[in-house]
Amino acid sequence: MSNQTNTAASWTLLFFAWGIATIATLGSLFFSEVMAFPPCTLCWYQRICMYPLVIILLVGMNPLDKSVLKYSFFFVAIGWFFSVYHNLLHYGIIPESASPCFLGVPCSTKYIQWFGFITIPALSFIAFSLIGLLLYLLKRRLNS
Amino acid sequence: MKKQQKIIVFSTLALIALFFIGGNLYKQQQSSAFEESGRKSNSEFIRAHSMSLGNEDAKVYLTEFFDPACGTCAQFYPLVKDIMKENKDEIRLILRYAPYHNGSDQAVKMLEAARKQGKFWEALELMFASQQYWIDNHQVRPQRLWQILTRLDLDVEKLANDMQDPALDELIAQDLADAKKLGATKTPSYYVNGKPLQNFGYEPLKELIESEL
Repeated sequence: MSNQTNTAASWTLLFFAWGIATIATLGSLFFSEVMAFPPCTLCWYQRICMYPLVIILLVGMNPLDKSVLKYSFFFVAIGWFFSVYHNLLHYGIIPESASPCFLGVPCSTKYIQWFGFITIPALSFIAFSLIGLLLYLLKRRLNS
Repeated sequence: MKKQQKIIVFSTLALIALFFIGGNLYKQQQSSAFEESGRKSNSEFIRAHSMSLGNEDAKVYLTEFFDPACGTCAQFYPLVKDIMKENKDEIRLILRYAPYHNGSDQAVKMLEAARKQGKFWEALELMFASQQYWIDNHQVRPQRLWQILTRLDLDVEKLANDMQDPALDELIAQDLADAKKLGATKTPSYYVNGKPLQNFGYEPLKELIESEL
């Protein structure tokens, strides 16, 4: 594989990771600002991890800089762990009393349930997982 | 590299545009859904127990869901009063309770009890003016509010008795249910002839009212 194609493919991976982060960010803002669903505490922590990725990955794409992986890693990892915890709560695997929410929206609040199972925490989990996967593939590609 | 930058710029603009277009579509949809409900016919906006002010035949019905412990509600109160004054006889104000703060229901009960003694507005204004004294970190302190209310010329024993009326719990529950149905999750929430105020602010509220006059 030529160097050009390699770089192009790498860039594409990063572009899609950025795209997912941006859609996730805009989507969460749509839910809270347009549809007026107040975010619960865990949602806030996930937002704190997701939103910066929009900027970090954007800067890392332009031009492609390998160290973008280093800078984005913790945001993706921490966000992913929060989303896992949130999903366990949401689907009742962990009881609510073990959760950090108070004064307002409980973290188990189900705002949407598309196709019978897709909830906002599920979307968050999918987003972080996909971003993590794409960045992992990028890392392998860059190291080879 | 230029091509890549173009892709980024295009995608960013497209996503942001999608966000705003989607947002507007959604808001329009919400607004027209409310309009269909009409004003007087729809009981979610007005209940028999609701406190109102103004001409019953007014052209504009302004429904406000508020919380006595809400700071913004206190800020908007004099502004709404001004609008009412400027448009005498053309606006009817209907107050609904949305006691979202911890302990706000106690404040509502005191208000309703004061209302029974004909001192609703005095009590409301006093509550709004003294919020910093009876609200501690978003938590209502009923004892302190009680002390403040006794400054008004009220029959204190009657007030205490009327507060215990179980009908008040029903009233509050009804208002909360209506608020939920209408999506009034924040306070104050305004509805002008059934239309929700979507851009929050004093000028937007004025504009919405004027558009209905």
